Amino acid sequence: MDKQRRKFLKIAGASVIAGIGAPAIIKLSASPALASGGHAAPAAGHAPAAAAHGGPTEEAPKGVRLGMVIDTRKMNADQGLLDNAIRACIDAHNIPEIPSKKSEIKWLWKAPFENVFTDASGYHGSKKITENDFAVLCNHCDDPPCVKACPTQATFKVASTGIVAMDFHRCIGCRFCMAACPYGARSFNWQDPRPYIKKYNKEFPSRMKGVVEKCNFCAERLALGQEPACVESCKGTDAIVFGDLNDPKSEIRAVLDKEFTIQRKPTLGTKPSVFYIV
Amino acid sequence: MYNKGTIIPGLIIFVLFVTFPIWFNGLTTAGDLPKPELPPGGEKQCVASAEYMRANHMQLLNEWRDDVLRDGNREILEIDGKKYPKGLQTACMACHSQKEKFCDSCHTYAAVDPYCWDCHLTPNETASKEATH
Amino acid sequence: MIEKTLKGKPAYWIWLAFLGMFMAIGAACYVRQYNFGLGMTGMSRDVSWGLYISQFTFLVGVAAGGVMLVLPYYVHDYKEFGKITILGEFLAIGAIVMCLLFIMADLGQPMRALNVVLHPSPNSMLFYDAIVLNGYLFLNVLCGWVILTAEKKQVKPPKWIYFFVYLSIPFAVSIHTVTAMLYCGLPGRHFWLSAIIAPRFLASAFAAGPALIIIACLVVKRVAGFDAGRKAMNKLVTIIIYAALLNMFFVGLEFFVGYYSNIPGHKHALEYLFFGLEHNGHVYNNLVPFMWAFVILAFGAIAVLATPAARKNDFVLGLGALMLFVAFWLDKGIGFVLAGFVPTPLHEITEYIPTVNELGITIGVWATGFMVVTLLYKIAIGVEHEVEG
Repeated sequence: MDKQRRKFLKIAGASVIAGIGAPAIIKLSASPALASGGHAAPAAGHAPAAAAHGGPTEEAPKGVRLGMVIDTRKMNADQGLLDNAIRACIDAHNIPEIPSKKSEIKWLWKAPFENVFTDASGYHGSKKITENDFAVLCNHCDDPPCVKACPTQATFKVASTGIVAMDFHRCIGCRFCMAACPYGARSFNWQDPRPYIKKYNKEFPSRMKGVVEKCNFCAERLALGQEPACVESCKGTDAIVFGDLNDPKSEIRAVLDKEFTIQRKPTLGTKPSVFYIV
Repeated sequence: MYNKGTIIPGLIIFVLFVTFPIWFNGLTTAGDLPKPELPPGGEKQCVASAEYMRANHMQLLNEWRDDVLRDGNREILEIDGKKYPKGLQTACMACHSQKEKFCDSCHTYAAVDPYCWDCHLTPNETASKEATH
Repeated sequence: MIEKTLKGKPAYWIWLAFLGMFMAIGAACYVRQYNFGLGMTGMSRDVSWGLYISQFTFLVGVAAGGVMLVLPYYVHDYKEFGKITILGEFLAIGAIVMCLLFIMADLGQPMRALNVVLHPSPNSMLFYDAIVLNGYLFLNVLCGWVILTAEKKQVKPPKWIYFFVYLSIPFAVSIHTVTAMLYCGLPGRHFWLSAIIAPRFLASAFAAGPALIIIACLVVKRVAGFDAGRKAMNKLVTIIIYAALLNMFFVGLEFFVGYYSNIPGHKHALEYLFFGLEHNGHVYNNLVPFMWAFVILAFGAIAVLATPAARKNDFVLGLGALMLFVAFWLDKGIGFVLAGFVPTPLHEITEYIPTVNELGITIGVWATGFMVVTLLYKIAIGVEHEVEG
């Protein structure tokens, strides 16, 4: 090959590589996670408390962090409450009801105590624990392993609310988040869900095959000033209390001050936002 | 030319293949221009002008998507006195309720197959399984 | 050099046609899966990764095994490997192609795969996996091609290629370490949450990769008259034996940690794999035969490879290498990934059985990999023959 042609090819090759790599590098260096400076990335929510371990000496966290307290005493007393909540969730979000266990999609459901609280002892458990089912949903963790795992940021933490959200437009369906979730909260659309949706809510889309979905703390309802569908279905009973965990004057904090609560798998350090009064 | 017997016919077949869209429908008749039907409710006002929307509706929808979903910015837009939430299903489909007569007419002509409606419900779709309350 | 793939004995074409048939079947099965959704596989909400990802995990190891030829030859000047480093590099290319195909087959929205590049996520191990896998593929293509061209022209390879050759060594280690990190950083999966996962992956890779290279060398000796040399084969056998023993040692350590501590979380997955797990009156044990086959084949293979006959007799050598390859395929390609999902995070058990369609796609991807390797080997050996005269 003559020298001119080699030189041309070398420069052309280098330009192509630079052209392809440039957008990625620009995006990466603009990402707050890598930018120098003190404040945390928007995806990480509040910064100071993340550094501290649990305990009374934690710094005051910043921003809104939505959470939920489920009063299982009230739910056990009235089994219909949880069923209504699950139905409200399904109706509000066009969740398909697929009969096979293999492909089922569930955002909020119920399971026995030893399945929900694998870290708690069900050994010689009380009647209340062994005979009742408990509510299961996404914990909207403060340090979510699913967000860490997602290669496209299709699942991410919303800074203004602390909700772990899903962008179905971006999800590539790799299901890494499903492997990462310690709580089994995520479902995948193994096929087109529409045939299994019993009735449509026209304010909310359905999902397509090939994406992962989970409870979204009803972000679209919160934007309209409404409560999450499950909370509203138990209105007046206080079976589910929803609010800002970072606001010391909120109702949810009052409940947490008063009652003893447990969480699912607290030792993993994911800092779930869902508490259970047992 | 070596192999004239193979090359010339091969070239002719290749040229025919590559120019297929031009001659298949007859050289004089192009496909009919799309005629999207305006909203059945008679609304004339949209979030932006027709020329702008024709060129940029996908950009607009993507901006809305990132605003609403990723930044949590769900404020209702007010344009020329009319209120619009930021969403395909909640805003656009409210007026342009006949997807087949409006959206599809141009998309089919341009051979574009957007997957928006795999998830976002159209009014027709919703009516097929209406929520009873 | 590509023209060397266009001329061959009838057996060559029959082999390509045989592979092509499975590739076509795989493609047809994939079209069905693409249209219906991944529900066509045996995967479920509880076992959300199945055969595709388990094959990917195993093949990343096979690809990394190519470094076991490159490292001794280029860094430690072990001249006996000179003839076969190209075979190792080309095998790595085939393995990585299979890995990428398996990932694409597994995606729920494959058309969006480029989102990983468009939205880089340094927090995700999959992001780094995409980088190192493609990087390693590029390195092997570059190094293999340039060095083979130099061989063909009977000149020394250009100096600048050695930078990339040396770079491919840490890349080889990194592809499997990063793939291991996909698993060992997930807080919810106790079976995978162990520091020994990455060393185990590497040990099994450095045994399985060279085992496949031995089989490939024996095949090309038979069909193409290309002799890698007794010394090279024997050195590979030594490497394989040590790596295999290390892998079995690591597995043994996993057993110790689980059964001596008696902590259920550390025990259950191993119990499910090797003995069957009893839950609510039902015993779940569909992987037990595979895992014992792994143990028996692995120790059997090590024994066969350690005999003097393996250093003299091609059949014994090939048998030992094949046993080892199958054993470690059972260990990583079947046992490791699937058991991570048993029990589920809610301590329920769902078993996984692949569907026929899924198997069709899996076999199609393996056939594609074999075809890539066949074509590349045809080129490499064609050049060797041309050079030797």
